[in-house]
Amino acid sequence: MANITFQGLGKVYPGGVRAVEGVDLEVEDGEFVVLVGPSGCGKSTTLRMVAGLEEITDGTLRIGDRVVNEVAGKDRDIAMVFQNYALYPHLSVRQNMAFPLERRRAHGGTVRRLIVPGYRRAAREEDQEIQAEVSRAAEVLGITDLLDRKPGALSGGQRQRVAVGRALVRRPAAFLFDEPLSNLDAKLRVEMRAELKALHDRLGATMLYVTHDQEEAMTLGDRLVVMDGGRVQQCAPPREVYEQPANRFVAGFVGTPSMNFLEGEVADGTMSIGEARLPLGDAAAGVPRAVVLGLRPDRLRLAEPEDPCALEATVAGVEDLGDRCDVRLQVGHAELVARRPAGELSRWTVARAAARVAFEPAEALLFEPGPHGARIH
Amino acid sequence: MKRRGSRLLTLALLAAGAALMLFPLWWMLVVSLETPSNAGAATVEVGAISAFPADPQWSNWTEAMRAVGTVEWQGFLDALANSILVTFLTVTATVFSCSLVGYALARVRFRGRGLLFAVMLGTMMLPPQVTMIPMFLVFRELGWVDTILPLVVPAFFGNAFFIFMFRQFMAQVPEALVEAARLDGCAHLGVWWRVMLPMCRPVIAITAVFTFIFVWNDFLGPLIYLHSEEKATLAIALNSFRNQYGGLEDVQYLMALSLITMIPCILLFLVAQRQFIEGLGSGAVKG
Repeated sequence: MANITFQGLGKVYPGGVRAVEGVDLEVEDGEFVVLVGPSGCGKSTTLRMVAGLEEITDGTLRIGDRVVNEVAGKDRDIAMVFQNYALYPHLSVRQNMAFPLERRRAHGGTVRRLIVPGYRRAAREEDQEIQAEVSRAAEVLGITDLLDRKPGALSGGQRQRVAVGRALVRRPAAFLFDEPLSNLDAKLRVEMRAELKALHDRLGATMLYVTHDQEEAMTLGDRLVVMDGGRVQQCAPPREVYEQPANRFVAGFVGTPSMNFLEGEVADGTMSIGEARLPLGDAAAGVPRAVVLGLRPDRLRLAEPEDPCALEATVAGVEDLGDRCDVRLQVGHAELVARRPAGELSRWTVARAAARVAFEPAEALLFEPGPHGARIH
Repeated sequence: MKRRGSRLLTLALLAAGAALMLFPLWWMLVVSLETPSNAGAATVEVGAISAFPADPQWSNWTEAMRAVGTVEWQGFLDALANSILVTFLTVTATVFSCSLVGYALARVRFRGRGLLFAVMLGTMMLPPQVTMIPMFLVFRELGWVDTILPLVVPAFFGNAFFIFMFRQFMAQVPEALVEAARLDGCAHLGVWWRVMLPMCRPVIAITAVFTFIFVWNDFLGPLIYLHSEEKATLAIALNSFRNQYGGLEDVQYLMALSLITMIPCILLFLVAQRQFIEGLGSGAVKG
């Protein structure tokens, strides 16, 4: 296993389109790092640069102690699992998994087996080693009974396991995953997610994982790298990204439903949003006049009479999700979402036009204006 | 009821079409089993022979093989061996070269790829008659006349139509599969040989069958380049049943040998039928 070091990594496509810019990142040996962001944010391009499938136009990439900018993908000692599995349809599962080992064997020549003395025995021993490695990986992934099937006869989940197995047999310095679960149905995705996490814990391997699904990112990663516009917006453990987002983009991207934002002005520790006056206390100390208030949906609740931070709202709709409900609220021109326990469903329905929603000032986040405005509290 | 009627009509049309296609074959078979006088009359008047010969001359078939060339049996066996050799080499070379060029045009990024592809497609517009004389002059300068080289070597340089088919098929293979093979340790040649070719079986089948039929039946090429009797192919050997004035002699032998010559083509089509149809459909429908 090895660490992966990005220093000012960038990618400019022919025609001048800049896909990735100035990525600085250190993936520690044995760490599970997830690159997450919306479509077109540069996460897949970054991963493909690590794999050697895209040329690096700026910066330096190291795997272990070696600079690999000019090294071909097959010589970087990495293995990649693709979104659509990329299994060779004409080969059985066993042959698919053995494929990368077959390409690297020292005694692979068919003709030399016949004419060079001693070569045949060495080749046979190599055959046995490859088969043992395939069996070991198949056992780890629970696909031993599928080894003689062709990929066309497998379900999506089984194909994904085989794709992981093909990466596993190589014992690479690092594993790369490019949205490997996005073709699976929701239930299977959750199962496979747990299996991948368990596999990482068992192998202690360096893993770099790309997804646009922030829930997947939160549950899998030791650290998240949130990207947008080709740049890293924040790199931190999942809990930190959720609770202390670096900027408004990260705050809005991570968490379901998305964080609510309200623009307003701060004066003397009080934030004014339309007619409402919200005494934010210490949170508003020393902040600029124009700010954006960020509130997580699960921190919004129906106000009690004594709540200092409360907003007049209209209930635009209530979505019953079984164990919880999402309440859509209209506050002035802004739309907010509150996520509440299912038991509160009737209270919100009754409240209708005269709802008052409240939050704890300590749980509010403040950002500078703009879509990527930095968090100031 | 209406559906059954239209089905019957379809069947009737198909049966009529099949009968039209099979009639020449049937005529050849009947003539090949006739006596020399009846067979000769059949070339002048269709009604001179019956649909089923009263006394089939099965010995015509062995006599036809014996009568080829100046030495008994030798002429036929030489022609058969030459046809097999030329066809095998040409089919192998065509599949090899067309798939390789198709792969390069579909999967290798290089400057001028689009232009080269357009130029290659442009060569399909050239009728073979235009290149026939220049090609002959080149091969004569190389000293290749009266060898099989002019018939085989051009196949190693690809055929625009088959290159186009391979290119279209390979362009449909997901890019991730190629990338996975590259990360697994294959260079471009490895990707072509180990991943693309096994997946291109339908296109290989159609290329092989078309090339086989064309080369096996080719008359003009061997006629231009092969002059010695021992180097003739079967298509040229059939010509030995024409007399010096261009008329036909021993029509029953000519028909018998023609049928013998056709057997490999028919067998090949029957064996590769499924892949052949799959190959014709590929490229039209994205998988």
